[in-house]
Amino acid sequence: MPLNLFHRMKYLNTFGEYLLFLKISIGKPEKFKIFRELFVRDLYQMGNDSFGIVSIISIFIGAVAAIQIGYQLVGSLVPMYVLGRIVRDSNILEFSPTITALVMAGKIGGNIASEIGTMKVSEQIDALEIMGVNSAKHVVLPKLAASLIAIPALVIYAMFLSNLGGIISVNLSGIVSINGYINGLLMDFDGFSVTYALTKAFTFSFLIITISATHGYKTEGGALEVGWASTRAVVQSCIAIIFFDFILTQMMLYK
Amino acid sequence: MIELKKINKSFESKQVLFDVSAQFEKGACSFVIGSSGGGKSVLMKTMVGLLTPESGSINFDGRDFLNINYEEKKIIRQEIGMLFQGGALFDSLSVEDNVAFPLRMFTDWSKEQVLERVNFCLKRVNLENVNQLFPSNISGGMKKRVGIARAIALKPKYLFCDEPNSGLDPITSRLIDELIAEITKEFNITTVINSHDMKSVFDMSDQVTFVYKGKAWWQGTKVDIRDSNCKELIDFIKASEF
Repeated sequence: MPLNLFHRMKYLNTFGEYLLFLKISIGKPEKFKIFRELFVRDLYQMGNDSFGIVSIISIFIGAVAAIQIGYQLVGSLVPMYVLGRIVRDSNILEFSPTITALVMAGKIGGNIASEIGTMKVSEQIDALEIMGVNSAKHVVLPKLAASLIAIPALVIYAMFLSNLGGIISVNLSGIVSINGYINGLLMDFDGFSVTYALTKAFTFSFLIITISATHGYKTEGGALEVGWASTRAVVQSCIAIIFFDFILTQMMLYK
Repeated sequence: MIELKKINKSFESKQVLFDVSAQFEKGACSFVIGSSGGGKSVLMKTMVGLLTPESGSINFDGRDFLNINYEEKKIIRQEIGMLFQGGALFDSLSVEDNVAFPLRMFTDWSKEQVLERVNFCLKRVNLENVNQLFPSNISGGMKKRVGIARAIALKPKYLFCDEPNSGLDPITSRLIDELIAEITKEFNITTVINSHDMKSVFDMSDQVTFVYKGKAWWQGTKVDIRDSNCKELIDFIKASEF
């Protein structure tokens, strides 16, 4: 068999496994009381434990964006007060959802793959199955539900902080007057940009959790394989995020 | 009673189980012995439904485990308790929550009823005042005992033990053996134990199945072993340190 055909079949096989995993892991929870407990625990871990990293990254990205865009506008015919508007739109449309999702892919994606992978190699998944519990649904569903709340909430939080970062950096660097920057920030705001950003956030949440969980669930072997699963989960989640970022941008901004 | 008939199981092109037929009686400790790679673990995983054989039948008290739907299988699975080699306790849950897990999942008992049953099961395996500890804070022997407590929480009809005393010191091994034997008789459970430990086999087995090269090579009692002229079985027993 030609090598490229073999690789194509391997990717198809992996994609097929992913779809089959989705089929068994998404549905009505088996016991709502237990689902609720796991959901609350996962929501806390994903949301609360990620505030710090998301805060730092958002403030600095907003700050850097303001300085870089300001640098590019100097000497152009575009009035400098427009800087606020461009930074705002860049933060809301791209930086906040995509960078937050990439950070979460590294943070919670790797964590989920290694948690589920460890459960698999230490026979905890088998223990669930033997008890008569749908193990895939039991481990994935609460995480998926939690991520669909935590990640969009973090994206909204990142939107505010990145714009705050822009204000701070403009104030400190004096590229443009702070009043002029804030006027630009409030200029021609279109609520659709938030809808677009949240659509991306929901899509990215789904991708991060399901891809990472699939890799964790497929793990066979020991600690080494758990590490590989975690790495693959992060890499493939990041690729999927970038790919769907492009698709959604094309679909939603150029209808 | 658990009855296996002509079980065949392969992984890709490699056949691991060949026409395995065996019976495991109720209220008895049935040992499955054999060398590593002989097919014991595959046989146990097939019996509990983690692996699906290509052909054959598995009957739990006359109920065909292979030709039923997922929901019917779930009912039988809730009657199965399993003790894993490494315990397989849930890392994120305390000892109490581990034992309570099947009760909370499959019963509508109140918190008090669940706690009462958890404490009964933990006491039955000689563990007390460990409810709030996590699996990472307890010894290997304690993990096995918590595993047994979790396995018996739902009053199972069938108990499967995979190498119950591997990695344990001789004294703890004997305690675990005695515990399994007592629980089997006390609750009239069909117990199937995978083991290499011939001392356990001679101490507590009611029935022995010797698996060799993926086949149920020999079946009998521990008394029959001494009179057996099965060369492979004798070689296996001689090779063990017993």
